[in-house]
Amino acid sequence: MKILDIDRVYADNNATTPVDPRVREAMVPYLQEEFGNPNSLHTLGREAREAIEEAREKAADMLNCSSGEVIFTGSATESNNHVVKGTAFARKGQGKHIITSKIEHSCVLEACEWLERQGFEVTYLDVDEEGYVSPEELKKELREDTILVSVMMANNEIGTIQPIKKMAEIVHEESDAYFHTDMAQCPGKIDVDVERLGVDMATINAHKMYGPKGIGALYKKKGVDIDPLLHGGGQEDGERSGTENVPYIVGFGKACEIVEGNWEKDKERLEKMHQRLAEKVYDRIDNVEMNGPMSPRLPGNMNISFVGVEGEALVLRLDDRGIDVATGSACSSEELKASHVIEALGKGPEVAHSSLRMSFGRFNTKEDVDTVVEALEEEVEDLRSITAMDEKGKVGD
Amino acid sequence: MYTKEVMEHFKNPRNMGDMEDPDAKSKVGNPACGDMMETYIKVGEKDGEKYIEDIKFKTFGCASAIATSSVTTELAMGKKLEEAEQIEKKDIAEELGGLPKIKMHCSNLSANGLHEAIYQYKKKERMEISEDLERKHEIAQKTLEKTEEMREKHGLDEE
Repeated sequence: MKILDIDRVYADNNATTPVDPRVREAMVPYLQEEFGNPNSLHTLGREAREAIEEAREKAADMLNCSSGEVIFTGSATESNNHVVKGTAFARKGQGKHIITSKIEHSCVLEACEWLERQGFEVTYLDVDEEGYVSPEELKKELREDTILVSVMMANNEIGTIQPIKKMAEIVHEESDAYFHTDMAQCPGKIDVDVERLGVDMATINAHKMYGPKGIGALYKKKGVDIDPLLHGGGQEDGERSGTENVPYIVGFGKACEIVEGNWEKDKERLEKMHQRLAEKVYDRIDNVEMNGPMSPRLPGNMNISFVGVEGEALVLRLDDRGIDVATGSACSSEELKASHVIEALGKGPEVAHSSLRMSFGRFNTKEDVDTVVEALEEEVEDLRSITAMDEKGKVGD
Repeated sequence: MYTKEVMEHFKNPRNMGDMEDPDAKSKVGNPACGDMMETYIKVGEKDGEKYIEDIKFKTFGCASAIATSSVTTELAMGKKLEEAEQIEKKDIAEELGGLPKIKMHCSNLSANGLHEAIYQYKKKERMEISEDLERKHEIAQKTLEKTEEMREKHGLDEE
C-alpha cells in the first residue's frame, strides 16, 4: 500500500523521514487554536503544558526512563553539543579528557575540536574496517581525568551498530566518566531502552523517526549534572531555556508512541529490505564493495561502493529517474571532502568517492527495493562504460 | 546547482568511451578530488593542416566532470590543432552556461586532457611545440603527479 503520496522512490531515510500522517494530525491543533504558551497560567497555557508533558511521557516510555529525564531540544545537533560542551563546562574541575570515535556525526566531532581549542584533550578512537569501535581500545584510553565518553549507537552512513551496553559497563567500572550515545538513527529500528543499555545520556531527534524537523531530545539520567547551553527563562527544568516548541514536541511524542508499539515488526521489515537490496546488487553488479557490516546493521541501511563510478554522478542519475539516495563522495560536499566515516575504515578516498548510501524506511515497499536495483544496474553500467577506471579501480596504462 | 546544459551533457554525454587506435592519448587527474580523465584523439589532414578528426573521453568523476568532458569533445571536433590548443576552461564553462564555483577545477581537467593529447601527438610527430603548449603540458603533468601521489598515499595502487 502506498502511504506516502509522492511520485518518487525515497530511499534516503537516514537523511530524514517524511512526517507520518498520524504525527501531523496530532500536531495541527497546536499550530492553530491550541497556541498557548505552556508557561502561562491561564487555561490555554495549562493545556499546552499538559500536551508537552504528555509527549514527554511518550518519549520516556519509548526510552524506558522517567519523564523527568527527557529534555526537549531543537535538534540532535543541539543535544550532542549540550552533552559535549555541557559536560566539559560542568566537570572541568574533575578533568579535561574526552573520548569519542572517528566516525561520530560532525556535530560531536566539531564540538570536540572546539573544546580542544579551549584546552581540553580529546581521544578519537579508531574503528576497524567494518566501522566497529573496540571496547578494549576504549578501556585502554580511559584515564583518571576522563569526564565523558561519547560513541554513537548506529552509524548514519555505514550502519554499524556499536556494542553500547558493553562500552557503558566498561566506562562505569573503570572511570568516573559519563557515557553518552548518539542514537538519532535508532528509534523504530533498534532497542533504545536506556536502562538496559546503561547509558548516562542519549540523543534522539524526531525527523529520523517520522516526526518534524527542528525538534530533538536528550535523555539525561537522574543525577547526571551538566551545564545548559541556553540560559534564560528556566524551561525544561532549567536545562534548556526558551519557550517550548509545543506543536513539534507534541508531534515528537506521537512519533515515539507509534515506535513504541511497533518497532520490532518494523525492524524485521527493514532488515529484509536492506538484505534484499544487497543480495540483488551482489547478484547483478560486479566489483562492488559493501561499507559497514552485512549483519547486523542499522535496519534499512545499505552502503555500497561501485568501483569506477563516482557517487555524485550516480546520485544525480538516479535522481533523474525519480530515486533519492545519498553518497559519501567528495564531489558532493561543499568542501570537496570525502566522507570521514568511510575514510576512517581505512579504504582510501576512492571507496568513499564511489559510495552510495541507500536507506529504506516505514513507507518503502519491497517493490521500491527492486526499482532501486534495476536503476542501479543500468546507470552503473552506463557510467562504467565512460569511466577512466578499470574494475580494480586503476586508471588506464 | 547545475545548469540545464550541464545536466543535458551529463545525462547524454557525447563522444565518451573507448577509441580504437588513437593517434595520441593523455591521462590527467585533478588533485582536489581525485577525478581522472583519459583523452583520445585521431588527427586528420586537410589542405595541409592537421585537425581533430575524432576525440573521445573516458572520465571518472562527478556530473560536472562528465559534462565538461562531453562539451570539450564538441568544441574540439573538427578544429585545427592550433585552435583546439586554445580551448580554455572558461570557454567550456561558458558553453555549459556556467559551473558552480567550487566545480570550476573540473573543467580545467578536460581542457588539460585535450591540450595534453595534442602535446603528445605533436611530440610523436616531431612537430613544433609552442611555449604555451609546453606550459600546458607541464600543468597537466603536475596535476597528474598530485593525484597519483594521493592514490599511492592511500595504497590504492597496490594489488
